[in-house]
Amino acid sequence: MPFVPARNLGFLFFLAALLALLPFTIPNSFVFGVVILALLNAAVAVGLNLFVGSAGQISLGHAGFFGIGAYSAAILPANYGLPGFSALVVGAAATGVLSYVIARPILRLSGHYLAMATLGVGVIVFLVINQEIPTTGGPDGKVVLPLEVFGVTLFGDMTWYGVAAVFLFLVTVIALNLLENGYGRILRALHASEHGARSVGIDVAGAKAAIFVLSAIIASLAGSFYAFYVGFITPSEAGFMKSVELIIMIVAGGLGSVGGAILGAFLITLLPQFLTGFHDYEQLVFGLLLMLIVIMLRKGIVPSLADFVRRRAT
Amino acid sequence: MTDFFQFLIAGCTVGSIYALVAIGFSIIFNATRIVNFAQGEFLMIGGMSAVFLSATGMPLWLSAGLAIAITACAGIALEAFAVRFARGSSDLMLIVLTIGAAIALRGLAQTVWDRNYHSLPAFSGSEPIRAFDLSISPQSLWVMGVSVLVVIALHAFFTLTLTGKSMRAVAADRDAALLMGINVNRVMVIAFAMAGALGAIGGVLIAPISLMHFEAGIMLGLKGFAAAILGGLGSFPGAIAGGLILGFGETLSAGYITSSYKDALAFLVIIVVLLVMPNGILGKSSVGRV
Repeated sequence: MPFVPARNLGFLFFLAALLALLPFTIPNSFVFGVVILALLNAAVAVGLNLFVGSAGQISLGHAGFFGIGAYSAAILPANYGLPGFSALVVGAAATGVLSYVIARPILRLSGHYLAMATLGVGVIVFLVINQEIPTTGGPDGKVVLPLEVFGVTLFGDMTWYGVAAVFLFLVTVIALNLLENGYGRILRALHASEHGARSVGIDVAGAKAAIFVLSAIIASLAGSFYAFYVGFITPSEAGFMKSVELIIMIVAGGLGSVGGAILGAFLITLLPQFLTGFHDYEQLVFGLLLMLIVIMLRKGIVPSLADFVRRRAT
Repeated sequence: MTDFFQFLIAGCTVGSIYALVAIGFSIIFNATRIVNFAQGEFLMIGGMSAVFLSATGMPLWLSAGLAIAITACAGIALEAFAVRFARGSSDLMLIVLTIGAAIALRGLAQTVWDRNYHSLPAFSGSEPIRAFDLSISPQSLWVMGVSVLVVIALHAFFTLTLTGKSMRAVAADRDAALLMGINVNRVMVIAFAMAGALGAIGGVLIAPISLMHFEAGIMLGLKGFAAAILGGLGSFPGAIAGGLILGFGETLSAGYITSSYKDALAFLVIIVVLLVMPNGILGKSSVGRV
């Protein structure tokens, strides 16, 4: 795989600097928790954005993959004595296999039918987690043992901030790299027209399946990290509303824009914390803001701002 | 065999509700090409309005009627203040728009009313009717009867009235309908009002059977969406078939296989059906343009 071309280096340096400086502005452990969740959500959003924004597909079920990762981290060490790191790998591998098996048949669907099928997959994962109470703890949730790597227990806000930030940075590098080489052009081609892409010899089904599996594995890894960090998870991590939140992040930030996905993830993860001041009106305000973003900024925040800057410049 | 017929009755009852939600999805989809993820919230608003109006001592028929009117107004507001300004956005943007509307409506419901569970009294008592070894709750008969009446009324509306015909014209070809002088904006408003009213009817009918809550619309909406997709988005016979199949499938699998996995089985069946019939059971196959 060729390395990221020079024109993305500026963005990557900016992101690295931001990620390195951010923890020094965080006042307390509670804010750390929210920021770490935002970083992990951002990684999932960047991956999902490849599938939804770049390839033009729809998924309303990615929280299911996040949930598989989270529950692998919870179940495998506690019930089967597997080391935490192996649990993370096994979860990612299981997600990879599952997403690969369902990708080929499901990705033949398009539009709202694809939305339904992916939604169904996510809901099934959610229901299985809810029902298998002896293994998963069911609706009450499950305690997750801390992650140990080479005899060192990963513990504390700063450590986990580092893990999440490095993970997001790596996912961003992978995403930019994919988008800049031929594979990104394949994704954009099948976004523009699947028939057209097929007619110039692109393996449409294979390309869609590959990007689906990649985004699912990223979601699973993020889920495992999240579970190890918070130490306690509930089925809502795999629920429909979590899938919807992920979609909202990339739509608000800007479809197909890597920076947009990161910004959207931070915005949507942090927003409820700012809205707690509205108490009972929190959900109402959140819903209205979301509608406003869709109506005012049709392409999402980052692409709309970029357009605005470009127009002012000329 | 008695069990089987008992499950069929139960399936038909929930299936009727799913069919009403699915028809709501199809009406809006036909008029606007939007999948309205706030359709479940219409049921919730209808059910909650009826609960709180009848709690003031208002007779049931009047509170039900007002609940339907209120929800129709909510539908009109959604069209007039949101959908109209987002016209021409991509499918995904519109999905997010209606999800935003659903979240806002849930937020509104918990501030206007409360976060508790509520129930309506059954319309005509809860003493089950016994016939041929089967017991049928009167509310089930209400649900099925009203659903049949609604479907007949809708059929008459879409085949006999000029407004109904213009809505079918917009569904068939929006641009051609516009060129024929049909007021497409008016059709869109009517579609949202009708979907709201239909949702409220479903909500009022189901409020005595299952509890009403500000989040009760989420699962009902998803099931209705599933039924609409199963039958073929935009097809009314498909919506009815999809709703009933989903209802029967749920109660039969709950009765014979496992009740804890009835929802999971329902979604699994839908995925499998879609793989065989990518446009639903009665949906039109779309021709892709290169």
